[in-house]
Formats: sequence, C-alpha cells, structure tokens
Amino acid sequence: MPGASSPAAAQGYRSAPAPLDVVLRVNGAEHRLALDARTTLLDALREHLHLTGSKKGCGLGQCGACTVLMDGKRVKSCLNLAALVEGREITTIEGLAQGDQLHPLQAAFIERDAFQCGYCTSGQIMAGVACINEGHANSPEEIREWMSGNLCRCGAYDHIVAAIRDAAAVTGSTRGG
Amino acid sequence: MYPFALERPRDLNAALALRAQAGRNDAPVEYIAGGTDMVQLLQENVRRPEKLVSLAGLLDDRIEVGPQGLRLGAAATMAEVAAHAEVVERFPIIAQALLNSASPQVRNQATMGGNLLQRTRCPYFRDVGYVSCNKRVPGSGCSAIGGENRWNAVLGTSENCIAVNPSDLAVALVALDAVVEVGGPGGDRSIPLADFHRLPGDTPHMETVLEAGEVITAITVPADAAGLRSHYLKVRDRASFEFAVVSAAVALDMDGSGIRRARIALGGVGTKPWRVPQVETAMAGASLEPARLRQAAALAAEGAQGQGHNDFKIELMQRAIVRAVEIAGART
Repeated sequence: MPGASSPAAAQGYRSAPAPLDVVLRVNGAEHRLALDARTTLLDALREHLHLTGSKKGCGLGQCGACTVLMDGKRVKSCLNLAALVEGREITTIEGLAQGDQLHPLQAAFIERDAFQCGYCTSGQIMAGVACINEGHANSPEEIREWMSGNLCRCGAYDHIVAAIRDAAAVTGSTRGG
Repeated sequence: MYPFALERPRDLNAALALRAQAGRNDAPVEYIAGGTDMVQLLQENVRRPEKLVSLAGLLDDRIEVGPQGLRLGAAATMAEVAAHAEVVERFPIIAQALLNSASPQVRNQATMGGNLLQRTRCPYFRDVGYVSCNKRVPGSGCSAIGGENRWNAVLGTSENCIAVNPSDLAVALVALDAVVEVGGPGGDRSIPLADFHRLPGDTPHMETVLEAGEVITAITVPADAAGLRSHYLKVRDRASFEFAVVSAAVALDMDGSGIRRARIALGGVGTKPWRVPQVETAMAGASLEPARLRQAAALAAEGAQGQGHNDFKIELMQRAIVRAVEIAGART
C-alpha cells in the first residue's frame, strides 16, 4: 500500500545514473561541474560553487529566497535543474556589486533597514533589481504586486518597498543588474 | 527526488521518439520544458519518472498575431505573452489571466504548453504522506472527498476525484475557443482546448488526451475572438501569488448596450477549464441589467455538487460571472 511503507520500498530502489558534465556561467565566470541530474541550480550554486548568498527557503518556488537573474530575468533557482541552464548567464547576489561599490539597491536596503533576520534579503534584492529594470517600481502598490514572489517572515515589507522606491529613483528603470 | 536519467535531445523528432507521457503519474518517461511545476513535483516525490526528456530549445517560442488570429508557440513564456503588445491590444483577457497567475519569477520561466499541463494543487495529490489519491496512485481512493475540500471542484467531479484544474490561462483560452496544436511520433493534430483535458470519471490519473510521445507545439486562438470586451475576474485568498478560489473569464460581443454574444468560462470550480454554454445562451440578446444577469448566471450551477467545505463556490461562481460581465460590459 503506497504511503504505508517507506517511499523507497514502495517504488523500488533505483540507483542514480552517472553524473552529467555541466558548464555553468555564473557572474561572468565559466564553471565545469559533474552533477547528478537532480541537482537544482540553487544546489549547484550553494553546494558546488560555494556561492551561498542565494538561500534555500522552501525549495518549491514559493518563497523567492533563491531568486537569481538568468539572462537578466529573475527566476527561482530552486525550480531549475542545473543541467538544463547551460549557456545561460546567471547572476547571483555575489555578482551584483562592482568591486567594493554596492549596487544602489543593496545600499538602499542598508539605508532603509529593509530586513530583520536577513534570510530572504538576497532574494529580495535580486527580485527588486529585476523589478526596477522591468519598470515595475513606479508606486508602492506596483512594487508590492511585482514583488509578491518574495516572502519575508519577519514582515519587513514596508522597508523593502521603501528601499526599492529609493533605488528606482537613483537608477531609473534602465540600469542593468 | 528519486533518481532519473536526463535526456537532452538535439531536435524535436528525437524528443518525440522517446515517447514521454504527460499528465499520468504511472508514466515512466516525462517531458520537462519550463519546469516550474515539474521540479516541484519531483522535489515532493509526486512524480518519480525513470527518465526525464528536456524540451529546452526544441519548441517554438514565437508569438504571432495575424489574419488567422493568435498563435502562441508552446515555449513562449507567461511573461513574454503577457507583455506582448498585440496580445494586450487584441486579446487582453489572456494577458490579464497571465498577470494574475503565479509570481514574476515563475512567469519568466513557465511556458504556454506547460501551463496547460500543470497538475492540480489538491493537497492530497501534492503530499505523498497521504495514502489515497486516485490521480497520484490509481485505485488508492480520494482523500479530498470527506476531507479538507475547500479548494476542490464542484463541477465535473466524479466519485473518484474532485481535483481542480489550477490554470488561469486555460480558463481565458477556453472562453476564446482556443485550439491546442500537438506534435507526436504519429504526426501532428489539432485539439480544441475544450476537449484537451479529460473529466476524471473512473480514470482521474489520465488528465489529458495526449498520447505517449505527444507534445504541445502551439496554441491558437481564432481571429473572431479578438477585440472583444473582456474581463478575467479572479477571486483568491490573498491579493497576489495565489491560485483562484473562483475565477470567471468573460468576453462580450456587444450590440450597443446589449449583449450580442457572451463567451464565459469558470476556473477554480471545475475538474477542467469550465465553459458554461447555457449561461452564454441565456445572456445572448440580454441587456446588462443586473437581475437579468443574475438569472442567467444561475444556470452555471446546473449539475454542481458541493462537498461540504466548498459549497460556497456554487454561489460565488454565479456572482463572479455577474461581476465579470458587468466589468467587461462597461469597457469601451
């Protein structure tokens, strides 16, 4: 009876196929990895490239903590299999600053105190950068709608919206992330 | 996630030859395109295919508006379609349904074809901790009947399954008489979207009429569905990033202040995207007078069956129709 015994026993054990050769382009650098097909982009970033700025919250696309840019567009890295994003240009929170110069939205998050525990922050910032670039940061209401894919359990939303408004005013809507 | 072999074919014919089967949990081979739903299903061990066949880069992603109407390549993303100027101008209800779906991140990745094939959000299907779900494990029973069923369907149900089809896009498209273009090992065929999803009946584990190896290649919408006064009304438990409790897609062909023809479909209430022809017939020739609209909308309840927690949907869907018709009719 499914569910009554362990899932593995019910399904029959299956060993993992050989790893796949995967080339990922992250923050302008190319990385050659051997990955199990099940590896998500998020796990490849964190566990294989040790870029731990992207956070794993739910692993199911619901919280947005793992948001990265792919060819300039925001996506949830937990909903991508790493082997299927070869050739795409991935930008993570680690690739946002120019040397010691923070991205205006990073600076605005500090200025506006737009976090408490900070776990959702890198995802909020990556989504916020995209939100500004898309031209969806023209009012608090618009920002709230277009940031709805990023949850903050501390409830720092008011400050996050304020930070995005500030950065949008500084950068205009055309600045690349 | 259970282990699987990942195939990355170089062309579509090679992918079709691998004969993956969409929409059936007992299929050993499955396609993956945008992957926003598939990866969730893999992560939660709902889907345990032996082999996953990637369609990345193999499908048309163009969006075209011409004399024949609208053609959406299967790989066009939700975000691309929602932002397409001619879609917004000629088929605004499609853009509206899309922008009321999911989150910006998911819309950047999820495809047209995948949207029609997304699996139900019924919690008993999504959580393998529950033993009984006929859709996930054929013959195991239905936990939603007699369980927590506030989110479940009131139309098109059977004693074996009351799961809702969760797509907003499909509700708007079925109202516009969209057609699904399919490619497969045996050739191409066209299927009206209204006939694409199956009712659960005795086989809730079979969700669409797709055969093994078949993939959606495009969705077309006829030209006579362009330029209508339309509205997609979505009632949900929070303001954004949430599936519909009830939704109504309405497209009106107006004759002065009267309705010449109404096209109406419902979401959140049916086991498939649910067109209501009896309501459309009753509204043809009618004015926008509220009592008349309410009378016509009441016909949507024909055959509706509540399961306890979701009884309220039968009344709510009628009110949603009336509200959506009023909003669409007031557009210029």
